[in-house]
Amino acid sequence: MITKLNHVSIFVLDQESAYDFYVNKLDFRVHTDAEMGPGKRWLTVTPPEQPDLEISLMAISAGMMFDEVSAAAMRDLVAKGTFGFGVFECNDLLATYEELKTKGVEFTKPPTKEFYGFEALFKDDSGNWFSLGQKKNE
Amino acid sequence: MTEENPKQYLYRQIIRAKLYIDANYARAIDLDNIADEACFSKFHFSRLFRSIYGKTPHQYLTSIRIERAKDQLESGSSVKEACFAVGFDSITSFTGLFKRRIGLTPAAFQRERNRRKDEIARIPLKHVPNCFAEKKGWTKNSNFREIETIDPRPSVAK
Repeated sequence: MITKLNHVSIFVLDQESAYDFYVNKLDFRVHTDAEMGPGKRWLTVTPPEQPDLEISLMAISAGMMFDEVSAAAMRDLVAKGTFGFGVFECNDLLATYEELKTKGVEFTKPPTKEFYGFEALFKDDSGNWFSLGQKKNE
Repeated sequence: MTEENPKQYLYRQIIRAKLYIDANYARAIDLDNIADEACFSKFHFSRLFRSIYGKTPHQYLTSIRIERAKDQLESGSSVKEACFAVGFDSITSFTGLFKRRIGLTPAAFQRERNRRKDEIARIPLKHVPNCFAEKKGWTKNSNFREIETIDPRPSVAK
C-alpha cells in the first residue's frame, strides 16, 4: 500500500521569484537548491511543519518536458490562474490571512465559512492558487 | 466578512508582534514590552500568540533564532559568529539549545550541511527523484558522471 507523498511539483513562471514568495512570504524552508547545468535548477521547499514533503518549484521551460509551443501555452495557463495545487493548513485562518496580506500575498477569497469548513483562497506569484484552511480542533 | 470581524484588532496586534520578532530577533528583544505596547496582559498576549502560531512568543523567538543560526552556519559562519549574530549571548547555552532542538551540535550540523552541499554540487542527480530528472532530460547527455558511481540511485526516496 502507498503510505505517503514525499514530492509534489508546482509549475512556476520564475524560480527566483517563487523562491522569494514561498520562503520569504510563506515562511517555507528550502530543502534542496541544486544547479542542474546552465540555467537549470532543482528547487524544493517544505512547509514549516512538514519537512518531509518537498514541493518542487518547477520552471516551465522548453526542453524534454515541453516543446516551445507547449511551454508557452503552459506559462499562459499558469499566469491565468488555471491551476489549483492544493490545500494548506494553518492554526488560525483569520490571523494567517491578515499576516499574509500584510506581506503582500494576493487573496482571491477572504476567510469564509462554507458548509465544508472555513477557507480562504490565495495565489502564488505565478498565478497558481491554493486553498488555506484552519486546523480542526480534535 | 473579515473586515467586520471583532477579532481583527487583536489579530493585528499579535501579527505586528510576530513580524517585529521576525525582523528583530537578533537584538535583545523584551517580550514583556511587546505585550505592553500591544495593550495586552502578558498572559493574554502569550495565550493568543500561541493559539495563532502554536508557540509562546518566547518559544517562537527561540525557534526563529535557531532557524537563522542554521542559515548562518550553512553560509560559513563560525559557531561563535552564528550564536551572537542571531541574538544569543552565550555559546554554551546556544550549543545546548541547538543540540536539543536539532539533534546535532552546531559544529556537527555545519559539517553535515557542508557535506550535503558538496554532494549536491558534485552529484546533483542524487538529490532529484529520477522521474523528475528523466522528464527534464537531466539524465541524458549529463555531465554529472559521478552519478554512475552511485549504486543504485533511488527512483524517488532519497
